[in-house]
Amino acid sequence: MKLSQLEVGMRGIVKEFTDLEMSVKLMEMGCLPGEEVVVERIAPLGDPIAINVSGYQLSLRKLEASTIILQ
Amino acid sequence: MKADLRVALVGNPNTGKSTLFNVLTGLNQKIGNFPGVTVDKKTGTCQLPDGRTAEIIDLPGTYSLYPKSKDESIVFSVLADKHTDTTPDLVVIILDATNLKRNLLLYTQVADLKIPVIVALNMTDLAGKSGIIINTETFSQKLGVPVVSISARKAKGIDELKQAIAFANKVPLQLDSIDVESIAPALIADISAEVKTDNPYFALQLAHQHEHLKSLTSEQSDRIEALEQKHSFHSQKAQATETIARYNFINELLADTVTQPENAREESMSNKIDHVLTHKVFGFVIFIGILLFMFQSIFAWSAYPMDLISSGFVLLQDWLHKALPAGPLTSLLVDGIVAGLSGVLVFIPQIAILFAFISILEDTGYMARVTFMMDKIMRKVGLNGKSVVPLIGGFACAVPSIMSTRTIENWKDRIITIMVTPLVTCSARLPVYTLLIALVVPNKTVWWIFNMQGLALTAMYILSLVSAVVVALVFKFIIKGRERGYFIMELPVYRMPRWNNVALSMYDRSKAFVFEAGKVIIAVSVVLWVLASYGPGKRFEQIESKYSQPQYTKTVKADDLQRMVASEKLENSYAGVLGHVIEPAIRPLGFDWKIGIALITSFAAREVFVGTMATIYSVNGDADNMQSVQEKMAGARNPDTGKPVFTVAVAFSLMMFYAFAMQCASTMGVVYRETKNWRWPLAQFTYMTVLAYVVSLITYQLLK
Repeated sequence: MKLSQLEVGMRGIVKEFTDLEMSVKLMEMGCLPGEEVVVERIAPLGDPIAINVSGYQLSLRKLEASTIILQ
Repeated sequence: MKADLRVALVGNPNTGKSTLFNVLTGLNQKIGNFPGVTVDKKTGTCQLPDGRTAEIIDLPGTYSLYPKSKDESIVFSVLADKHTDTTPDLVVIILDATNLKRNLLLYTQVADLKIPVIVALNMTDLAGKSGIIINTETFSQKLGVPVVSISARKAKGIDELKQAIAFANKVPLQLDSIDVESIAPALIADISAEVKTDNPYFALQLAHQHEHLKSLTSEQSDRIEALEQKHSFHSQKAQATETIARYNFINELLADTVTQPENAREESMSNKIDHVLTHKVFGFVIFIGILLFMFQSIFAWSAYPMDLISSGFVLLQDWLHKALPAGPLTSLLVDGIVAGLSGVLVFIPQIAILFAFISILEDTGYMARVTFMMDKIMRKVGLNGKSVVPLIGGFACAVPSIMSTRTIENWKDRIITIMVTPLVTCSARLPVYTLLIALVVPNKTVWWIFNMQGLALTAMYILSLVSAVVVALVFKFIIKGRERGYFIMELPVYRMPRWNNVALSMYDRSKAFVFEAGKVIIAVSVVLWVLASYGPGKRFEQIESKYSQPQYTKTVKADDLQRMVASEKLENSYAGVLGHVIEPAIRPLGFDWKIGIALITSFAAREVFVGTMATIYSVNGDADNMQSVQEKMAGARNPDTGKPVFTVAVAFSLMMFYAFAMQCASTMGVVYRETKNWRWPLAQFTYMTVLAYVVSLITYQLLK
């Protein structure tokens, strides 16, 4: 399952990434394999989304979220 | 003064780095640019307890030493470059105690560069409130560096931090975090030998970033590139390996030093605010409300100080004209330089107010939400969520708005925003529009409530937004992006604005504008003064002698005579000659040579149009006396046909020209300042002028 498929309030654990370049940026921001993420809100127009990861809120576009595979 | 010690502040965005910088340095700050780039270099001095002075450098906030934007790339080059006047002796790294895990990534990277490091642990009070307990002593021991708990907002722990800076060791004490060499052992060894470094992490960073480092010669860079090929080094894979290793180290460290509360995950205050502020309906309503308020304030609050400044300058100019002997030097000083100066300084209130708002919106964390809400719409036309604020600010003035585009990290998005912002109807167009609309649009009510003049003005405002969006869309396909666009962005927790930061930001931006854009504006004003004050050959002398003949001096009143001389001189000045020269080109737009002069003189600033019209038609009274200008213009007849000069077609064609043409030296100055390349202001000038010409042509030919 991809992170972009989660609804608001749903949580998942990061398993792997489909895009190497994006994964480097995401991992720097604390989105690491094994880390729990929760979708906190979706922007009024449906994109981007905001997730909670390691204690803070991170916003990313759905396209970017779709490169994160959850367990 | 030469500082005894150079200290760089490094940290993630939103960790209170700039607040700490302000607390440490107070008003002893200056803003410059890092050599060769537009990124702001903020430095200041700080007195240490032992009497020495430390120079503090505030580096752009970054999450890691691997840069995502131009701003961020500065951090590594400053830290890596060993022999420049920005090389720090010591790094103070600021960690947000409420978010240690992510913050520590940057710490481990900086620490591995083996520059002496001190940790400033900020927001420990907030961390305490949410139940995070940090054992700073063990923390300090595990890292091998001094750790000082501070509260930058409340200015707590600052003396202790200064003490730590004064006591700091000249040799780095920090313990190793990860085994860097294992990432690419052979390559690191080769690069270390190549650039003669004993620091493996520096060598590894060179492998990643050698192409962007100014401190390396191109031969060195090429040799590093060759070494990478030889060892088949993959930058992103290596980065991924490194990041995972670092987080493993961090997780172990945190397990020993920090007690996290058992996942209470109660709804935080910030989240509750976000429910309202990013709500599907209320979110946009509140946003539009805030924008309207901001827009209103920029107009309303700046009106009084702006009037004060411009009337102060009028008084100064009058006084100087009386106090100094008449002559070209006085005229150059008063009508060229002082007039140019007033054109610069008059913008200060608008810049200060806009930046106060922007700084409050950023400080509170609301700007990140605006970006979050607007990103999808703006992305469609090649802009970015963060372009919203400059575009709206453009209704007041493009100058501060273009300065505010620095918050846009993506280079392409930022350039497009800069390129289209001047299309938005700014306050300088207002006098031109109101004059021309009053001239040709009847003051009648249509459809019961709408006033035709008001509708025309509203249409001009809407047109400007539409054109900005359309042009942005075109640029989206023309300009090639160097970076892939990301929108991986932290949504910071809502906080109260720091009022002294707001005040400092108003002061800094105004100062930067006056000193940097100001130079260009004054230069252009002087050139325009020369064009309007001198004529080719002996024309001016001939005019003087013509009007000094008795038939004029006897029959015409002195005031009127002076105006007739001024009017004829303008026609024969270089600007007037230029007006005649360009007449064939602007004829198809419906303009004569007199309007041509106004077009040329109002290149410096659009509002000059009214003043030029006043001079050309030698109207009684000053340029602000709109009524008389309007009456004269309404009465102006074409000498060949005897028909009025300002027909509906001509007036609208002129308005279109003013809507699209660049005609603002201040904007060009600030675009140059922000892009550090004449290419952009020139490209902008060209496209806007061409657009203005085409739209005017179509308008005139259709309405004729």
